Amino acid sequence: MTETITAKDINEQDKALLSDLQDALANCMKCGNCMEVCPVYKEVGKEAAVARGKLSLMEGVLKGSIPLSAAFDTAMSKCVSCKACTAKCPCGVPADELILRGRQAAVKARGLHPIKKKVFALLKNRHLFDFSLRMAGVFGPLSFKKIPGKMAALARFPMPGMDYKRVTAPFASTPLRSQYPEVIKVDRPTMRVGFFTGCTINYIYTDVGQSVINVLKENNIEVTLPSMQHCCGTPVYMSGDVDSAKILAKHNIETFDSYNFDYIVSACGSCTEAFRIEFPHLFHDDPKMSAMTEKLAKKTYEISEFLIDIVKIDKTKLGPVNTTVTMHDPCHMARGIKVTKQPREVLKSIPGLTFVEMKAPDRCCGSGGSFSLGNYELSRKINDKKIADIASTNADTVVTSCGTCRMHLTDGLFQNNMNQDALHVVQVLDRSYKAGHKK
Amino acid sequence: MEKHHINALKEIVGEENVLTSAEDLYCYSYDATPGHAHMPDAVVSPANTAETSKVLKLANENRIPVYTRGSGTNLSAGCVPTKGGIVLLMTRLNKILEIDLENLVAVAEPGVIVADLNKEIASLGLIYPPDPGTVATATLGGTVAENAGGLRGLKYGVSKHYVMGLEVVLANGDIMNTGGKNVKDVSGYDMTKLFTGSEGTLCVITKIISKLVPAPEAKKAMMAIFKDLDNAGKAVSAIIAAKIIPATLEIMDNATIRTVEDYAKVGLPLDAEAVLLIEVDGNPIVVEKEAEKVMEALKANHADFVQIAKDDAERDKLWAARRAALPALAKLRPTTYVEDATVPRNKVPDFLREVSSIAKKHNVTIGTFGHAGDGNMHPTIVCDIRIPEEMERVYQAMDEMFKAAIALGGTLSGEHGIGLGKLPWMEQQHGQITMNTMRSIKRALDPNLILNPGKLVGEC
Repeated sequence: MTETITAKDINEQDKALLSDLQDALANCMKCGNCMEVCPVYKEVGKEAAVARGKLSLMEGVLKGSIPLSAAFDTAMSKCVSCKACTAKCPCGVPADELILRGRQAAVKARGLHPIKKKVFALLKNRHLFDFSLRMAGVFGPLSFKKIPGKMAALARFPMPGMDYKRVTAPFASTPLRSQYPEVIKVDRPTMRVGFFTGCTINYIYTDVGQSVINVLKENNIEVTLPSMQHCCGTPVYMSGDVDSAKILAKHNIETFDSYNFDYIVSACGSCTEAFRIEFPHLFHDDPKMSAMTEKLAKKTYEISEFLIDIVKIDKTKLGPVNTTVTMHDPCHMARGIKVTKQPREVLKSIPGLTFVEMKAPDRCCGSGGSFSLGNYELSRKINDKKIADIASTNADTVVTSCGTCRMHLTDGLFQNNMNQDALHVVQVLDRSYKAGHKK
Repeated sequence: MEKHHINALKEIVGEENVLTSAEDLYCYSYDATPGHAHMPDAVVSPANTAETSKVLKLANENRIPVYTRGSGTNLSAGCVPTKGGIVLLMTRLNKILEIDLENLVAVAEPGVIVADLNKEIASLGLIYPPDPGTVATATLGGTVAENAGGLRGLKYGVSKHYVMGLEVVLANGDIMNTGGKNVKDVSGYDMTKLFTGSEGTLCVITKIISKLVPAPEAKKAMMAIFKDLDNAGKAVSAIIAAKIIPATLEIMDNATIRTVEDYAKVGLPLDAEAVLLIEVDGNPIVVEKEAEKVMEALKANHADFVQIAKDDAERDKLWAARRAALPALAKLRPTTYVEDATVPRNKVPDFLREVSSIAKKHNVTIGTFGHAGDGNMHPTIVCDIRIPEEMERVYQAMDEMFKAAIALGGTLSGEHGIGLGKLPWMEQQHGQITMNTMRSIKRALDPNLILNPGKLVGEC
C-alpha cells in the first residue's frame, strides 16, 4: 500500500475482489445450521462469529450497506477454518472458502495482523526463514524453558506476539532435513518417495519426521528429503495473502516435479491438502502449472493413508505398545482430505494398544493453524472442551496427524494440569516396529 | 435511539453486552426468512430476568421497539427488527435450572438449545418431544414463542402441549408468572397458552416450565412408494382408522421425489406421485404389532413398493430420502421459502394437487414434503430473490397457495408462525372480529406497541 491510495480506492478495489462471489453468497439461505458446529460461535455467541454472519457481512459490503472496515477484518479473522460449517451446510455453500475470500479483501484493504505480518514476511524468504528457525533452535533454550519429558517449552520471558503462559514446542537444534542425507537409501527399494516435511516437522517436531523415515525404511521405501522444499503456504493462504501463497506453492511444485517420485508423502493433513486441493485451485487457470500440479496432486498422500492404502503394511512385523490411545482428527484431515479411517487402522494394527474413541474426535482443537497466534485466549477456550473430551477417555496418550494440533493439545494438557502424551500417529507405529524387532 | 439510551442500556447489561457497530447490527438485521432485513439500533444481551425487566422498562418509557431473538432461525421474519430499536438477544439466559423427576418437569431459561435439553435428559430416559428442523440450533425460548412443532407432531403434539408455565417480562418491565407444575390447572385465564406462540408480541419469556415424557423404548420405520397420490392419501387415513398413531407420518410429492433422486440417488422411481415414511414408537411388543398393521394398510391401499427397516442401518437408509428433501430442494436455486400451510389430514392429497397446479400455472418450482399425519405441509419454493420478474410470479403462487389452504379448511401456519411472512392472509383466515379481538389483547398488554411491532396481528 502506498500513501497515494486512499481508503476509498481500496474499498472500491476490494469490492471488485468480492464481486464474483455474489452468486455463492446468495446461496446461503441463512438457516443458521452452521451455529450447531462452529467452535468459534460456541465460545463467542455472537452472530458475526458464525459463517451465516460472516457471509452476510460480505454481502453487506457488496451491497454498500456497510464499509469494508476494521471490524469486518476482525470478523473474518475469527474463524479457525475447520470447515465444519461447510460440511454441515444444507445448501452446499463452501463457507470456509468464502471466508478466505473475505480475508483476502481485508488483507488488501488493511494488511495482515501485525504478528502474522512478521511471520509471513519471513516465510517468503526461504534462506532467511531457514536461518531464523535454525537460530531459534540454537538459541531457543535461552528464551524457552523446556518441560521435562515433553516436546514442549514455556517462554522464559514475554516474547513479542506470544502469550506469556503459552506452552509451545521448542525449535529443534538441528532441523530434520539437516539430520539426514537428501536421499535415504535402502536395499532393494520397492518405491521412491519424496517426503514433504512441512515446517513444523522440519524445525520443531523432528521426532515425527524421524518416525516417518523409520517407518518408510521398515517397508523398504527409499525416502528423499528434497533440500529446496519450503513452507506449503497454507498459513499465508488461510490468512488471505494469496499472492504469497502462490509464490510458495510454485516453488514447491517445481521442486517436487523435478524429482519424478513415485509418491509424495507428508505427515500433516494441511500440507497434504495443500498439494492435493489448494495448489490445483491456485493454478487452475494457468495451463502450464496446472498440468504439473494435477500430476503431483494425484500422487500425494498423508502418511497413514499411504501406509494403509498404498503400502498395505505387513502387520505381523509390529510389536506390542501397551498403552491406551485416543485420537483427535485434525480439521484438514477430517474435512479437508477426508482421511479418518486410515490413522485408526494404523493404531488398531498395533498389538497391546487399546484404542478409545473420544467424543466428537473431529471437532476443532482451536489451533486453527495460525489462528491461535492472533486469538490465543479464544483458541484456548475451544481447546479446553477438547481437553475435557480427552480426559474423559482415560487414555494416556492422545494422537493426531498435524503438528499445530499437537502443539495446541500439548499446551492444553499442560494448562489443565494433565499428564497425557500428545503424539503423531506415526510415532506410535514407529515404537511398534521397534518393539517388533525385539520379539 | 439516542446516545443516552445506549448508555443507559450499557448501565443495565454491561458495556460488552450492547452491540452498536454497523457490522454487528448488520448481523442481526435478518433471520432465516428470505427478503426481510432491517438494521436495529442496538443488540442487547441481558444476563437474567432482572436485567430483561430493566431493559423493557427503559424501552417502554422511551417508546423504543424491542425484537426478542434467540438463535434467529425462524422462518416468518419474526426476529427481523423492521422498525429499528433493540434486538433483545436472550442467548445468555442458557441454563437448565431444574429436572424434576417426580413431576417429570424441566425448568429452563429461554436461551437453552432444544437439542441440549434433550441431551441432558436422554440419560434419564426422558424426552422433550417438539423437534423442529432446527432443533440443534434453535433456543427453547424461540420455539415456545413460535409454538414450534416438528416431525413428531401427530403423536406428541407441538410446543404448546408441553409448556406448563412461564416466567415472562411484560412490556412495561413487570415480571409475571403463569401456570406451574400442576398437571391440572384451571385457575384463571390460561395465560401460558396465550403467551406460547405469541411471537414476541405480548411479552419476553424468561423461564419455561415444560413437561417431559418417557422416551420410547423401540422404533420401527417403514417406507411406501405410490404411483397414485390418492392411494397414498387413503393409506394415511387407513393407518389412522386402524387406531395407530405413528410418531412420524411423512409425505413427499413428485417434485420433491425427483429432486431428491437427482441429488441423493436413493433409488426412488421418478414417476412416483408420493412417498410415505412412517415410524411407530413405544413399547417393543406394541411397536411390532403396529408396524404389521401399518404394512397391511399400505398394501391394502395399493402401495407400489413397501419396505420395513430391520435395523438401525436400514432405518437410516429409509430416512435418508426424507432428510435429503430440504437440502436437495434448497440447492436448486439461491432463495428458498419453506412454507408450512396446514390442512385437515384428509385434505392432504387435494392440497398437494392444488400446489402442483399453482406451480405449473405460474412457472415456479415448488416441492412439497411434510407431515402427512397432521396435515402440516411444507411447500418449498425455490427461486432467485434477485430476479424481480420471477419474484412477482413467486408471490402470486404464494398468494394462491395460502388461499387454497384456507379454502380447504386449513391454516396459514402449522408451526413456523405468522410474523411478517404470512401477515397479508391473516384477515382472510380469521375474519375481522377475530383480528380485532387479537389486536385488543395486543393493545391491552403492550399499550405502547413496543414488542415486535407490526408482526402477527399487523399494525394496531
